[in-house]
Amino acid sequence: MNGVHDMGGMDGFGKVEPEPNEPTFHAAWEARVMAMMRAMGAAGAWNIDMSRASRENLPPDVYLASSYYRRWALGMEQMLLEKGLVDSDELAAGRALRPGKPLKSKLTPEMIERVLTRGSFARPAPAPARFKVGARVRAKNMHPPTHTRLPRYVRGRVGVVELIHGCHVFPDSAALGEGDNPQWLYTVRFDASELWGADADPTVKVSIDAFEPYLEPA
Amino acid sequence: MQVRVRALETILTEKGYIDPAALDLIIEAYETKIGPHNGARVVAKAWSDPAFKARLLKDGTEAVNALGYVSRVGDHLVVVENTSQVHNMVVCTLCSCYPWEMLGLPPVWYKSAPYRSRAVKDPRGVLRDFGVTLPRETEIRVWDSTAETRYLVLPMRPAGTEGWSEERLAALVTRDSMIGTGLPKRPEDVAS
Repeated sequence: MNGVHDMGGMDGFGKVEPEPNEPTFHAAWEARVMAMMRAMGAAGAWNIDMSRASRENLPPDVYLASSYYRRWALGMEQMLLEKGLVDSDELAAGRALRPGKPLKSKLTPEMIERVLTRGSFARPAPAPARFKVGARVRAKNMHPPTHTRLPRYVRGRVGVVELIHGCHVFPDSAALGEGDNPQWLYTVRFDASELWGADADPTVKVSIDAFEPYLEPA
Repeated sequence: MQVRVRALETILTEKGYIDPAALDLIIEAYETKIGPHNGARVVAKAWSDPAFKARLLKDGTEAVNALGYVSRVGDHLVVVENTSQVHNMVVCTLCSCYPWEMLGLPPVWYKSAPYRSRAVKDPRGVLRDFGVTLPRETEIRVWDSTAETRYLVLPMRPAGTEGWSEERLAALVTRDSMIGTGLPKRPEDVAS
């Protein structure tokens, strides 16, 4: 979706402000939100693409005004409601009013290593790769209203395939609960002038990781 | 948020979805075990061992897991090497993708609108925000992590470190140097 989360190339947000000696968390609740999100994901309540989509679907003013983990918390509440895992009267009451629904699993202390190492998103290839390293490709001019990982700033632009990462879970499908729908994944490199015009810094090159359905021959 | 999040945890626990003890362990791991020291050891090894460096650049996940002494990494770790010609920088314009296993949880600035918006359009300006100025002719290569691949920058080994042990070298490797928004410390920065 064309949301405010798709920030590449926007102006006006100001300087980057690194925080010296930044703590891992700035409040105890941030840590609980991060861990709850991981635990519910491991339990099979949702996949990583659904959780990203839940944050992107926050109203733009809420997204921009919220801290990172507040976005996580708000997105998580929304997913719990949508999936019927928690009801709104329970959120209002601050306690469970009826038993939980069955999930695939439950993260116990013995299973922690499983969530500390990333899972694999690679899948067997259903078809040969359409593009080779060095191929010139154009990022499609596409604007799905649902989750996608093709940023707006490359759409319609021509780049070169630099790496092929194999076949991976396709986020656009997985976010909708439509299964893995594996697609070839490429690193595509663009000259800054192709993205930002003739005045762009000629020494800058930018790449994205693009799934095959995002690309067409150029 | 403290009250709202506590209520949420109560509900999820009462409904049997989560075990708070498991949450405690996840938090403890990110506060104490998983951080930039993992990445620093990998970088120091690559600076010291050309065969390992070649393996790391070929397949980051395989090379790190073969080391055995840093925490395991999941699939698709891609390591990109800085040289005197090319400087690499990593961003996630859409959210916050970051090599957690190598660097821990991302800092707030990495997830912030200023970094995500500008890194792909004005990387030299972003580097200036970090106090880094590179030669005008250096190519700046920005990697926008838009899929499940995770990028780690292999910074250039500082001059004057010939014969240093991996442990001493690792102390020069900063988190930001592995994201590409900083450079490693120089020997004189850590003189004791």
